[in-house]
Amino acid sequence: MAIECLVLGAGQEVGKSCVVVTINGKRIIHLDHIGALPYFTEVCGYNGPIYMTYPTKALAPLMLDDYRKVMAGRGEEQQFTNENILNCMKKVTAVDIKQTVQVDKDLQIRAYYAGHVLGAAMFYASVGDAAMVYTGDYNMTPDRHLGAAQIDRLHLDLVITESTYGKTIRDSKYAREREFLKAVHNCVANGGKVLIPTFALGRAQELCILLDDYWERMNLKVPIYFSSGLTIQANLYYKVLISWTSQKVKDTYATRNAFNFKNVQSFDRSLIHAPGPCVLFATPGMLSGGFSLEVFKHWAPCESNLITLPGYCVAGTVGHKLSDKTTKVDVDKDTQIDVRCKIHRLSFSPHTDEKGIMDLLKFLSPKNVILVHGEITSMDYLKGRIKSELGIQCYNPSNNETVSFPTTHFIKADASPKFIHSSLTPNFKFLKDEATEMAPIHVCDERVTQGILTMEKGQKVKILHQDELLTMVGTEQTEVEFAYCFPLSLSSLKDRVTDDNSLIRIVSRKISNEVAEFGEPDDMGIIKVNSFCLAVCKNNNCPFRISDGSTVSSDRVFFCCNWSIVDKDLGWRVISVMKNMDSSLDSVF
Amino acid sequence: MKFTSLSQTGGYNLPPCNIVNLCGFHILFDCPLDLSALTIFSPISTALYENHETKKLLDKSNLILAEPYYKTIESLHLWNVSLIDVVLISNPMGMLGLPFLTRTEGFSAKVYATEVTARLGQLLMEDLVAMHMEYKQFYGPTETSLFQLLNWEELEALPPALKDVILGKDGTELGSWLPLYSASDVKDCLKKVQSLKYAEEACYNGTLIIKALSSGLEIGSCNWSLKDPKRNVSYISSSVFSSGTAMDFDFHALLGSDVLIYSDFASWNGATCDESENSSSSIVPVDCATKSDNEHAWELPDFDESSEEMEKLNFICSCSVDSIKAGASVLIPIGRLGIILQLLELLALHIESSDIKVPIFIISSVAEELLAYTTILPEWLCKDRQEKLYSGKPVFAHEELIKEKKIHVFPSVHSHELLMMWQEPCIVVCPHWSLRLGPVVHLLQRWRGDPNALLVLEEGVDTNLALSPFKPIAMKVLECSFVSSIKLEKVPQLLKMLQPKLLLLPDYTKPYFNPLNQLSSCLFFTENETLRVPNANKHLELNIAADLASQLTLLKLKSEELTISRLKGKLFVDQGKHYIVSEKPTMSSNMSPLVHWGKVDLESLVLALEKIGVKGSMEKVKDEDECGSNVLHVFEPSQALIQVKETCIVISTGDEHFASLISDAVHSLLNGI
Repeated sequence: MAIECLVLGAGQEVGKSCVVVTINGKRIIHLDHIGALPYFTEVCGYNGPIYMTYPTKALAPLMLDDYRKVMAGRGEEQQFTNENILNCMKKVTAVDIKQTVQVDKDLQIRAYYAGHVLGAAMFYASVGDAAMVYTGDYNMTPDRHLGAAQIDRLHLDLVITESTYGKTIRDSKYAREREFLKAVHNCVANGGKVLIPTFALGRAQELCILLDDYWERMNLKVPIYFSSGLTIQANLYYKVLISWTSQKVKDTYATRNAFNFKNVQSFDRSLIHAPGPCVLFATPGMLSGGFSLEVFKHWAPCESNLITLPGYCVAGTVGHKLSDKTTKVDVDKDTQIDVRCKIHRLSFSPHTDEKGIMDLLKFLSPKNVILVHGEITSMDYLKGRIKSELGIQCYNPSNNETVSFPTTHFIKADASPKFIHSSLTPNFKFLKDEATEMAPIHVCDERVTQGILTMEKGQKVKILHQDELLTMVGTEQTEVEFAYCFPLSLSSLKDRVTDDNSLIRIVSRKISNEVAEFGEPDDMGIIKVNSFCLAVCKNNNCPFRISDGSTVSSDRVFFCCNWSIVDKDLGWRVISVMKNMDSSLDSVF
Repeated sequence: MKFTSLSQTGGYNLPPCNIVNLCGFHILFDCPLDLSALTIFSPISTALYENHETKKLLDKSNLILAEPYYKTIESLHLWNVSLIDVVLISNPMGMLGLPFLTRTEGFSAKVYATEVTARLGQLLMEDLVAMHMEYKQFYGPTETSLFQLLNWEELEALPPALKDVILGKDGTELGSWLPLYSASDVKDCLKKVQSLKYAEEACYNGTLIIKALSSGLEIGSCNWSLKDPKRNVSYISSSVFSSGTAMDFDFHALLGSDVLIYSDFASWNGATCDESENSSSSIVPVDCATKSDNEHAWELPDFDESSEEMEKLNFICSCSVDSIKAGASVLIPIGRLGIILQLLELLALHIESSDIKVPIFIISSVAEELLAYTTILPEWLCKDRQEKLYSGKPVFAHEELIKEKKIHVFPSVHSHELLMMWQEPCIVVCPHWSLRLGPVVHLLQRWRGDPNALLVLEEGVDTNLALSPFKPIAMKVLECSFVSSIKLEKVPQLLKMLQPKLLLLPDYTKPYFNPLNQLSSCLFFTENETLRVPNANKHLELNIAADLASQLTLLKLKSEELTISRLKGKLFVDQGKHYIVSEKPTMSSNMSPLVHWGKVDLESLVLALEKIGVKGSMEKVKDEDECGSNVLHVFEPSQALIQVKETCIVISTGDEHFASLISDAVHSLLNGI
């Protein structure tokens, strides 16, 4: 029984997350990003089941097609067609949060809310007793429109987590959002135009919900435009899938759906040169071409305008070139743009930070952790912290490397009702503080789960109560007991004590000072604790009067006790207390 | 496990109500209200014309002139509320009686319902409370309760139809009538509901795993799967295989359960009550007018569920269009959300294709919220609707139709916007409430005389009684029954597929299911009788941690091929599974045995003792006083005495160390663990 984990992508690098996990022989592939999914199913011919959350399934075709178009636009070889995408999506089973899916007899999967991106999920998978969680991006605190990640306390053998920002602790998102809003507001207040190049999905909605809300609060009338029809269409998905957003957004759906952007209109090309301030969302995100670049050419030379750029831009794109604070940018072979507008860099990236990763791992406390999707240095740093602070085994395999370790395994046995019953019976222990008489008695419940495990050839392992074993073997129990009758000289007591009953009461009180479980004697003058019995012995021929050779005074009183082997220690403890009493009694009473 | 059926009645409006006792927990399935009993009260509009001075009990159509009371499940009152541990709500109608329960002192149960059922149930109850206000305003605050009003003579003097409803068939149900709960009761009730997704595993008390599975009846409604450490129990409430709105019936998690409680017999009830051969004809016109010229019967062939359903809806639409064309209005008081959503879409299509212009008004205090809610729950819908989501189309058409001003939504008939907009003919969709509460009363009063007007009613209520205050009625009445359970003829097929080890069925199905006994073993339950469900004699599965298992010292018994070992650890229950793990401080592996069996004869004991140095001067004494006991006196190395009886060996010495030495020697002669 083992988990084997083969990292195909995002091992000690960023991007292309792909991990193949084999749990007890069941093979599961996790893809964090789905860019190659149509290629995998339609070109490679993968035939097994595919699971995604509802929003992912709804938004995936749009993203994939967008991606395909970008690839086509760059003149790169197309890996799949639009038809491939549609066929691929037909094979996908959508799952809801916490819905438990029995994939086959052994494999069970479940999605947990990860926050941060609409539809983002952590996936739990279990085979037999072995279980793991794979998580991509997650957010441990709720943000403006998405809730915080939510997961149960699970018994896990493995957690695979991304570690992009493994070495950074970012400030609150609200501060960064405020900065963004301030920059936009300043620009439009001065009559400038704001260009926000974004991908069609996710970020556009996130920023738009911010702006729309801000516009409402500040009563701004400056138009907000969406450049492509696609983004407007995507809003529709967000509106329908509102149950995947934060509680605050959900609660207001009836009166105003937060994705029903009030101030947003679609953009017309003729508006590029229209006078007055405005905000424009345009694709693609990194100014790698298309409409956003076209608008950029017109707006960049004007000082009052503002361009926002995503935190990360691929090398070679105009977005990347702008990072280097150059004032002149070569857009293509023939065009050079004089960039004089302001540039605001967006820093809310949908990846969790170091604290988030540590918090999650501490909460889940799995047996092993595998880090993927991160730079090697930050991974190594994080790995060290996980090992030293949480004491969890941690790996960061490189691509094509396999990590494996044994999984939790429980041996299955049939337990008899009598065993279960006896195990669930409370076993109270009374602990007394020796120092003070008045101290309250502490009661604790020390249940003992004790039984007999039996194995017979060709049969399932059984757990029985010990009484049942004898019936099973077909014999009766042979008791092994101890007995001992011994004298104590209690000369000084003799005057005060009139009968044996009060004598034994005094003795028992004395013993109970040292042996907590000791109680009062019964009416017959017998003290019983578990199997241990103690009484004053009047029988001069008591067979258990074993002399130890020493001579005893005539004022002696015999005490006879017997106990079963189960209470062996208790018996000897009481006897030694009593024998000590013999010498100390005179001074005590 | 014990099972008690509190109410066997089925159907959409009154789901069955049952109590199961499973591994010590009392689980209540659904808590409905019998809304059909509302029909014994006089609607406000009628009451308005009655002379209040005379303080009559009944109005002219023999209905009670008082603020209505609500009929709960009688047998539920016989249970101590504080003993209920879990309440499972299968659909919104199964929730209507819940505030009565949750407001009871001592109620401490955990209530589970799907997210959607909880929300729809809340909206229904809020509407009920709001509509009931009309009565409150009309009658004013009354101190005399309904039953102070009625003494036995008066009860006896009531018309038999009313008496039946008030007292029940066996005359015991008077105690089940309660005045309606308040809005704050509803609010408090919802706070106690834990909402679930489909197939989400909720664990009660660490022991019971509860899962809600789509039943197909209504959006969000469900069947239940319960798993305790020993068995899994499935509960099928009203179900529909495939629906035009709700997610399909999910049978996967119901497969191969140890016990299957099948309580979905709404259609069966219909078949027995009707006693007519042709009970399958779905649409039967009820002629309520004394002189109506529309006395022809409509009959439709028997179709398969959703297509059959569509056929019915299309029929309603074409009848509606006919009425509109004749210049009259259509009143559709139907409370079933799934039906309404489909009907709105079809009505819009029919209206468009027949080239008429007629507004559709939806009037209900919660309509706006309800409709908005339906647009944001694609995860709970049938495949076709989900496909619409994926292709970027709205899942339901009403959103667009409202924008296009083809559908208008108003909270009440008195709302200013409605009055401004009002035009006839029109189509009005509103809640049913047994034709006693809300907009339907006023509109029925208005249109009852128009022979071209159409009233579309859902089957299930006593139509005659329901319509009695509005008589004479000239308008056409179209009565339809919508699918609200699995068809009887399909049940054996379903049960065969589900293959439960034990099947629980209501007693009235005995004649039908007895011949089909090859299915699996069946038990039949009777209303209000507790049925003891035999244990499957299954052992409880215990999971032993691998590290604990590796610490075990195994002992092979010579006599048989049996290996035994003492097992000591910590037992805990998590997610319905029992685990035993090693205790934190690993105890000494050398435990002396606690149980012994076998025989000890004196000679071998002497030999064994000699081996460990207890040798030399030993004396063997046969004590005649104590029958059958041998006594062995030991003098070296120390004084001791050993009594050997048939099943008992007593070691007596004052030296602890010496005592254990002897007991070890005794152990070596015995089997022990």
